[in-house]
Amino acid sequence: PPPERTTSQQQRIEKILVANRGEIACRIMRTAKRLGIRTVAVYSDADKDSLHVKSADEAVHIGPPPARLSYLNGSSSIVEAAVRTGAQAIHPGYGFLSESSEFALLVEDRGLTFIGPPASAIRDMGDKRYCYRYAPREQDVEIMRLEADKIGYPILIKPTHGGGGKGMRIVQSPNEFVNSFLGAQREAAASFGINTILLEKYITQPRHIEVQIFGDKFGNVLHLYERDCSVQRRHQKIIEEAPAPCVSDEFRTHLGQAAVSAAKVEHPVTEMIVGQDLVEWQIRVANGDPLPISQDQVPLSGHAFEARIYAENVPKGFLPATGVLHHYHPYHLLQQVKFLCFMQDHTVGSLFMLIHLRRILYSGCFPSSNASHPSVLIFLLSNFAIGKSRKNRAAALVKLKDCLLKFQVAGVPTNINFLQKLANHKAFEEGNVETHFIEHHNDDLFVGPNNKVIYEDAYSAARLGAKLVAACLCEKERSAMKESHSGDPSLLPIWYTHPPFRVNHHAQRTMEFEWENEYESSSSKPLMLSITYHPDGNYFVQHQQIGENGAHILEVKASNLGNDNFVVEADGLTMNVSLAVYTKGQIKHIHIWHGPHHHHFRQKLGLDLSDEDETQHKTSFETTSHPPGIVVAPMAGLVVKVLVEDGAKVEAGQPVLVLEAMKMEHVVKATSGGVVEGLKVSAGQQVQMVVFSSESRLVILNSALGIDGFSSLFMILPKIF
Amino acid sequence: NSAPCLIANPIHHLQTKHFSIGILPDGVNRSSDNFVQNSDAMERLLSDLQSHIKKVLAGGGETAVKRSRSRNKLLPRERIDRLLDPGSSFLELSQLAGHELYEDPLPSGGIITGIGPVHGRLCMFVANDPTVKGGTYYPITIKKHLRAQEIAAQCKLPCVYLVDSGGAFLPKQAEVFPDKENFGRIFYNQATLSAQGIPQIALVLGSCTAGGAYIPAMADESVMVKGNGTIFLAGPPLVKAATGEEVSAEDLGGATVHCKTSGVSDYFAQDEMHGLALGRNIVKNLHLAGKQGMLSSSPPSNLEFKEPLYDVKELRSIAPVDHKQQFDVRSVIARIVDGSEFDEFKKLYGTTLVTGFARIYGQPVGILGNNGILFNESALKGTHFIELCSQRNIPLVFLQNITGFMVGSRSEANGIAKSGAKLVMAVSCAKVPKVTIMIGGSFGAGNYAMCGRAFNPNFLFLWPNSRISVMGGAQAAGVLSQIEGANKKRQGIQWTSEEEEKFKAKVMEAYEREGNPYYSTARLWDDGIIDPADTRKIVGLCISASMNRPLEDTKYGVFRM
Repeated sequence: PPPERTTSQQQRIEKILVANRGEIACRIMRTAKRLGIRTVAVYSDADKDSLHVKSADEAVHIGPPPARLSYLNGSSSIVEAAVRTGAQAIHPGYGFLSESSEFALLVEDRGLTFIGPPASAIRDMGDKRYCYRYAPREQDVEIMRLEADKIGYPILIKPTHGGGGKGMRIVQSPNEFVNSFLGAQREAAASFGINTILLEKYITQPRHIEVQIFGDKFGNVLHLYERDCSVQRRHQKIIEEAPAPCVSDEFRTHLGQAAVSAAKVEHPVTEMIVGQDLVEWQIRVANGDPLPISQDQVPLSGHAFEARIYAENVPKGFLPATGVLHHYHPYHLLQQVKFLCFMQDHTVGSLFMLIHLRRILYSGCFPSSNASHPSVLIFLLSNFAIGKSRKNRAAALVKLKDCLLKFQVAGVPTNINFLQKLANHKAFEEGNVETHFIEHHNDDLFVGPNNKVIYEDAYSAARLGAKLVAACLCEKERSAMKESHSGDPSLLPIWYTHPPFRVNHHAQRTMEFEWENEYESSSSKPLMLSITYHPDGNYFVQHQQIGENGAHILEVKASNLGNDNFVVEADGLTMNVSLAVYTKGQIKHIHIWHGPHHHHFRQKLGLDLSDEDETQHKTSFETTSHPPGIVVAPMAGLVVKVLVEDGAKVEAGQPVLVLEAMKMEHVVKATSGGVVEGLKVSAGQQVQMVVFSSESRLVILNSALGIDGFSSLFMILPKIF
Repeated sequence: NSAPCLIANPIHHLQTKHFSIGILPDGVNRSSDNFVQNSDAMERLLSDLQSHIKKVLAGGGETAVKRSRSRNKLLPRERIDRLLDPGSSFLELSQLAGHELYEDPLPSGGIITGIGPVHGRLCMFVANDPTVKGGTYYPITIKKHLRAQEIAAQCKLPCVYLVDSGGAFLPKQAEVFPDKENFGRIFYNQATLSAQGIPQIALVLGSCTAGGAYIPAMADESVMVKGNGTIFLAGPPLVKAATGEEVSAEDLGGATVHCKTSGVSDYFAQDEMHGLALGRNIVKNLHLAGKQGMLSSSPPSNLEFKEPLYDVKELRSIAPVDHKQQFDVRSVIARIVDGSEFDEFKKLYGTTLVTGFARIYGQPVGILGNNGILFNESALKGTHFIELCSQRNIPLVFLQNITGFMVGSRSEANGIAKSGAKLVMAVSCAKVPKVTIMIGGSFGAGNYAMCGRAFNPNFLFLWPNSRISVMGGAQAAGVLSQIEGANKKRQGIQWTSEEEEKFKAKVMEAYEREGNPYYSTARLWDDGIIDPADTRKIVGLCISASMNRPLEDTKYGVFRM
């Protein structure tokens, strides 16, 4: 047990400045609130409407958007904000600042309490040079290249500071080395302000296991078991779990004991299996209190998963996506499922936010435990034999899958579907995780164009989905009609009875959808449906595809439960169905969640409300192709480097500009050869969309326009050789 | 509320008879042979009806439909569906017009008409079917178009013309062009309807040649669809023949020309869907057009209503196969009116005509139904009842199943002609909406007195078992064979009973053919043949449509006393 020593006369913390944003900040504020501690948030221009700002008692504006300028280099302004608001302590959150020993020192210099490990511990941990193969003080490219040859390829290049996969590169052969190295340096400098790089041997099947350590000011240190963060894409974690699967008890104990005396807390999975609020521990320790329990008292109850839901475009190489969140409906039926979130409905995903939209956190539990009494759960599990943890993991995984299935997001593409595939993968189920899991199981996780069987299955599910959508939309329309009788009040409701009356036949209608999918290059497949209103109120839905057998008529009975939730009965199967319907431009988007499926359909709205002359009749969906010579960047971002000069000759495919967005560098290449004229863009400039001027010069301007929800970059190179 | 439930149960009905004021008994004996026979017969009639309807719904054949679709055109009923408020009802008229009327089939007479709501406003739709003879006007096409305009005038319904027609069917020009009720009448009606403030809207979705060009030109507002819609007095071939000018249809009379240069049309539509959307918008902006002088308190007081206590589907089992057999019209009324509640007027007097007050979908109605031949008393009772209803502005529903007025010396001596004339006078002059349903026979002066076609009911529908003729086939054969026999006798010709039977059979065959509902509906003597089970619904829609007008005072002529 920890020693029962009382603290010195140090002032107790009553107000904390949380030097982070998003869900992490919210998480810290929740605990603070529970302990009666007031909170101060900091925000930049980009996130002034975020949830963390609203959750705090006070909020201080600390500068312009890019992270580099506000949260990192602006660390002194953060400390000033704490002084100004009278906070006694600063919680750095996790990530950038929590790994900055300089920041910790700065905080302590101003007489404030830094909630986290001492600066020295951070230095030892954060500076990854201590842990990895080669990271000289002199960062000479040539010397580094020679060292790389010694280590042998593949080589991993990685900034010594920072995290999140930023600036990380895998180099397969010596001739790629120099470019990758310089790129990593640039990215590191841009993101963390320090450009030192380390080299390490790239291990082809490693696992990423972290051990949670906690220490107090009395020299007590304990570990809270390990977690596995192996499943990653673009070097960022997407599924975490604790304890790590396929780890022997012996090795687990060894891992725990081997861990050094530095601690940071960022992983809810650990909190879930030990049933402790580690933010509370941090505050206690910062107050000078001893750790509340000893190593022997650390419980290990069950198994926890965390799946990170990102707003990203999985088929396009996990490209980050922004957009309006039109529908957000997390599944939160079970109390053991927690969500940490920082976005509210209908907020535009800020470019400067960390890109993950939501995290789902899921705690597994004793299989026979009663879900309605979660407090009993911990008690039950305290005696739980570690040897049975495989069973726990399986139970937790079942619930994780269920959550993913019922988690509804519409408006921005997400990786939910991909996470489902991951969670359902046999190797994952068996716990055979490693950091190259996705690459190694590429064929199972991504849809190949030649996989006919998968395609046919998906297509038939989509057809069913479309039929259900058709019936639900009719039903929705009917309810709407019932509610609002906006027309002539003298008109009797009998003209609007259900089903609509026809003399000697049944009312019919057709609906056309485009199925948004990742199976085809065009990414959408047209579906034509005809719906017949049956006299008993049911819908007979038929798929009318030219050249396909559409003879099967599905009888659907749909009841509207409100809020776009329906109960449908189709082919003797009753199920709950949810819709999300929104309009963007001339397109109506319809999402449906039915059974294990989520489908996204688009419907062209036609020219209903415009009566303009044909010359003005360019609809937005007709103008998505770009003239040759124009370069479209995948998203808005910050110009890091302009690689060409005014008047320079460029060839097709030549890199012309490096753009940084969403923690990644993107090289923009010329789509055709030509001459650059009138260059107006320079490094450090934020671009949202670049349009060409009427003089056909390369002009890069800011504009608020976007295409398909992506802000875009246009460049024109007029003089084609 | 418990009373109707109890009465629905026949055993309780006997015990609680004193509660049953106004509530009609079931009146159907489900276990009788008749019930089964009637049901079977009606089933056969309905299956015939379905097969005829199926044919006309398919339009002018596969090839023509395909050609139309390839030009991004919808079929006329689909066009109307897109114009209607989503999920709303449509009261289509005379689906089987032109049925076996000409050598070639002319599905629905080549034109679709009917009533339905757009932005909450009831409209009359008139849609050419370009898949049927290029949408050209046969005599029956014109008759159907004019009938739609007639209803629009009676009910003050804005007219939406979905134009896609090659104009008059030239081989029959003598039957379509010159007479009063011919092609020109369409434009005359457009002018006079517009003058009454009833909006005239034309959507040019296809060609609109020659005389047809006046439909959009005469309209208050018109829409043209780029590419498909053309308006010209003479098409390119005729222009070339007449003037030598070579010009494409689009350049001669396309949407761009008429919306930009000539001003013949008002709204330019990119495609058909856009055109239909624009059409909806025009209706949205009608505001008070055509509503001058209407009662402000138009919504009927009682919008809450009960369904009938008995299954409306049993209306298919009530009408007997044999027209000579009587049935109690109350069992029909019980399945049409709200809560099967019927307050019978003069129940004990003139019992062969049932009269009384009820509601249909909350709307008050006065119902007259035949329960046998019309006698003196029944005619007087009917006249009295119509006077009551017209004074109270209650619409009238006639359920016709009538072989005629009573004949014979006693009747004549009692002045049956005088009594019948009173009923005809009342029916003719009553200025309330009238809806006639022929649920059985409709013979002789009975057809007139019970508001047959000549008496301008707002709507008239037939059950598939009904028959219309001046008298029954057998009676006619009897009368004609007596006259023929007398003629033959005068000429000294022997007429064998075999010959007489042959003569009779021929007459009866002609009467059977011409008295058949399909013969009637093909010629537009009615507004359509309906499934008896839909009667309540259709009467409800008809009354709702025809109440959409200002109150009119009834003025009768001289009643012969």
